[in-house]
Amino acid sequence: MLTDLQLSKLRWRCRRGFLENDLILTRLLERRGANFSATEHDQLLSLIALDDNDLWEIIAGRNDAFPAGTDNMVATLRETRVTH
Amino acid sequence: MALAVHKYDAVVIGAGGAGMRCSLQLARAGLRVAVLSKVFPTRSHTVAAQGGIGASLGNMEEDNWHYHFYDTVKGSDWLGDQDAIEFMCREAPKVVYELEHMGMPFDRNPDGTIYQRPFGGHSAKYGEKPVPRACAAADRTGHAMLHTLYQQNVKSNTTFFVEWMALDIIRDADGDAVGVTALEMETGEVSIFHAKCVLFATGGAGRIFAASTNAFINTGDGLGMAARAGIPLEDMEFWQFHPTGVHNAGVLLTEGCRGEGAILRNKQGERFMERYAPKLKDLAPRDFISRCMDQEIKEGRGCGPNGDYIELDLTHLGGETIMKRLPSVHEIGKNFANVDVIKQAIPVVPTIHYQMGGIPTSIHGQVVVPKGDNPSSVVNGLYAIGECSCVSVHGANRLGTNSLLDLLVFGRAAGNHLIETALSSKAFKPLPANAADFSLSRIAKLDNSTSGEYPQDVANDLRKAMQLHAGVFRTQKTMDEGVVKVLAIAERAESLALKDKSKVFNTARIEALEVANLMESAKATMVSAAARKESRGAHTVDDYGDTEAHPLGRNDDEWLKHTLWFSEGNRLAYKPVNMKPLTVDSIPLAKRTF
Repeated sequence: MLTDLQLSKLRWRCRRGFLENDLILTRLLERRGANFSATEHDQLLSLIALDDNDLWEIIAGRNDAFPAGTDNMVATLRETRVTH
Repeated sequence: MALAVHKYDAVVIGAGGAGMRCSLQLARAGLRVAVLSKVFPTRSHTVAAQGGIGASLGNMEEDNWHYHFYDTVKGSDWLGDQDAIEFMCREAPKVVYELEHMGMPFDRNPDGTIYQRPFGGHSAKYGEKPVPRACAAADRTGHAMLHTLYQQNVKSNTTFFVEWMALDIIRDADGDAVGVTALEMETGEVSIFHAKCVLFATGGAGRIFAASTNAFINTGDGLGMAARAGIPLEDMEFWQFHPTGVHNAGVLLTEGCRGEGAILRNKQGERFMERYAPKLKDLAPRDFISRCMDQEIKEGRGCGPNGDYIELDLTHLGGETIMKRLPSVHEIGKNFANVDVIKQAIPVVPTIHYQMGGIPTSIHGQVVVPKGDNPSSVVNGLYAIGECSCVSVHGANRLGTNSLLDLLVFGRAAGNHLIETALSSKAFKPLPANAADFSLSRIAKLDNSTSGEYPQDVANDLRKAMQLHAGVFRTQKTMDEGVVKVLAIAERAESLALKDKSKVFNTARIEALEVANLMESAKATMVSAAARKESRGAHTVDDYGDTEAHPLGRNDDEWLKHTLWFSEGNRLAYKPVNMKPLTVDSIPLAKRTF
């Protein structure tokens, strides 16, 4: 469970340079709210530290070269992408 | 408690292509430069630009800057200033080669020269035939540009303040800009940036519309700051629409869909473009198709339970063709519309893409305002570049690839102007005693709020109103109604409520501050649009149609002029279009046909 501060920072850093990433990350945050484990939080922070195009390639499933240890969050993001 | 004061020769607000091109020029000249950005620089909205940078290199076919100049004047529907357009088109090859030398990974021809691709509206020999003019780095041109510029800035010792939001311009008693106030998100503290000059490179305000291709960060912050500081906003009625944004998402479906044979259908399944454009049908120009789609929706032939979208049908193309030629469209259908485009049509609406107007500037990026008889008197120390500015090279309609070019040419030009006017040897003007009072009072009002509406609720109502009243299909009646509605929403925005009053990383507070900027941008758009009683470029009004006296509804006798909207008093003024280029003959007025 994230603190309010952690969630706030996460929300802001999920503001991206292009809309596709904005929409998927917002969808994820709306579904999960503060209910991320510490591990999931760390994984998400690693992924959103990537550039927008690289992040989108990973979310879209076109690139599997994601940061080590982020497999679970990548799977969650990909599931978020295809479930409405 | 005294506020922290940071002192720099130049403060650049915004770290997209324009901001970083300008900061690089200044930092390389040895000036102390700060760049403030709400997000990490390489996550600015420039990253979304795919197409390319327009420049008449002539690497593929014969081309020259004057063809580019002609295309841009015509594309602007003659509202662009011809001195600025000449300047941009002449400088274009130079800024592309400079970027190449900085390490920008442009696509190449076998002989090593920069590869160029064709793009809508770009022609050789004054409209005779299309010419490849766009210099691109695959479909990641904006991304590559941001990385190149960021790396060069780091090398040149530009100081970046990341996750800082600029709040207000500080002007002294002479009206000169002497700094800005800014909020550090990490601490929630307000600081003063005391500078010899302030440069706005804050991008557009595309989030004032419900259907927008723009990222969430595009909230018109520079426009809001300028408007609050008494600076007018120019030509804000002109917004470019893209016809095929995914309904309720905004994500773009490439024009390649229709190129491959996709068809737009209304709720009766009719291929309605056959009625509007019997020859070109679904391949008519962007603005024309957008207006036809909107008309179908307004006349009750929209699809879906609310009748508020059109369907783009690709099913007849077959799965093999779609997966081979339009794989990204298949992906977008799945991700953002829950639709398999091989089996079903996808809901689309005309979607806001680009803001042609902005803060009025000279070709050096200096902000200019009317003063006495001079319509373009310089505000000392204040510059604006990129989408937040109106120089005006795009006029009433922008050509593809001219947006990235605009960032590079005018970012560089503003930097050069400051260097040439010896900024380094100028003294700092003193800060006024009350430099931060206005910003602090705005924040205190939010922090002390006990009742009122939440920022996002008000912002969502604004977006809906703007979509309905300042969208692609405009009538005088809907625009007049829109003015009343938007001003009423702006009143509501005066008393927003914050649930969370904490300081550290309070995103609700940041969003409330963004809403203030959205409101200024929306008021400027709505009021300017309702006042312009003609059709020109992207501002097409049903009441002002094609007549012999006014071809395509354009009324040059009365409306060949730039709009200036002032926040104070919600008033309008106008200034002439500069029809005189710097060195060549003017492109005379003509009906815009293709």
